[in-house]
Amino acid sequence: MTSQEILDTLKSLCGDAVLDAKLDVLQPWISVEPLKLAVVAKALREDPRLDFDFVMCMSGMDHNNGTLGAVYHLYSMTQKHKIVIKAIVKNEDARVASTAAIWGGAEWHEREAYDMFGIVFEGHPDLRRILLPDDYPGHPLRKDFVVPEYYNGMKVPY
Amino acid sequence: MGLLDQRFESSNVFVTPLENVLNWARLSSLFQLQFGLACCAIEMMAASASHFDIMRFGVIPRATPRQVDVMFVAGTVTLKMASRIKRLYDQMPEPRYVISMGSCANCGGPYWEHGYHVLKGVDRVIPVDVYVPGCPPRPEALLEGIIKLQEKVRRETLVRPKALA
Repeated sequence: MTSQEILDTLKSLCGDAVLDAKLDVLQPWISVEPLKLAVVAKALREDPRLDFDFVMCMSGMDHNNGTLGAVYHLYSMTQKHKIVIKAIVKNEDARVASTAAIWGGAEWHEREAYDMFGIVFEGHPDLRRILLPDDYPGHPLRKDFVVPEYYNGMKVPY
Repeated sequence: MGLLDQRFESSNVFVTPLENVLNWARLSSLFQLQFGLACCAIEMMAASASHFDIMRFGVIPRATPRQVDVMFVAGTVTLKMASRIKRLYDQMPEPRYVISMGSCANCGGPYWEHGYHVLKGVDRVIPVDVYVPGCPPRPEALLEGIIKLQEKVRRETLVRPKALA
């Protein structure tokens, strides 16, 4: 399927969740409603024409304009096609519907995005920090993050 | 005892200061805490393998801090790991020594500016005896660090330090 056909199929399945798309780039992407991401993911996974059965990568992003993004690079092993799904949220209300129940591989990636960017994945089975210690202050890959002067009595800056 | 082999005419009793015997025994069997943190650990493992053979210095890896004399901090010390390293150091019996191996353990290395999760030098949580520079140091550099530590142990004394006047 071409990315235009993927977009059309997705619109026919859950058109109200699709916000924006850009297809004339190296990695065509579709932007969707963050809290409807789980519905979109279910459609992408279960429709036999789309059949996206593999999350190649799931990343967090800080766009440095007050918005964060959860970005899913998807691939279909059977259809041999790719697409990028973005869910863009505001810094102060960073809530995205989790896709961990649909793609098992997304579970730890969503934990990492939560750890580094503070994006809360609603419906995630085990949303804890995955790399940093549990009591670490803040989410360090956010552009507005400031390194703490001390952590548990240890000086952090050089 | 290769140096003293076949050197005596009759009985093999000799007289030496107690310090020398104790120091010689200590520096000849520095047991090492068996753990590594990052890429420096690969060089430490190479130093343990047959080509560099760290055991010829009497360094034997032990998997518990209760049985060791020296800790090699081989790699990046993250803030998460720092409290564990402090605990391991506290569990080692005295006299205990620390060799900080590589730029990360010495001063934070490449993470010195943007390492929000890296302790900028393991000497911020435990005292360090020998710093081995390099990123990572070659096994020869680690062996040099062990020799430096042995020189330090050889100079130790049993005499109680005098209070400063």
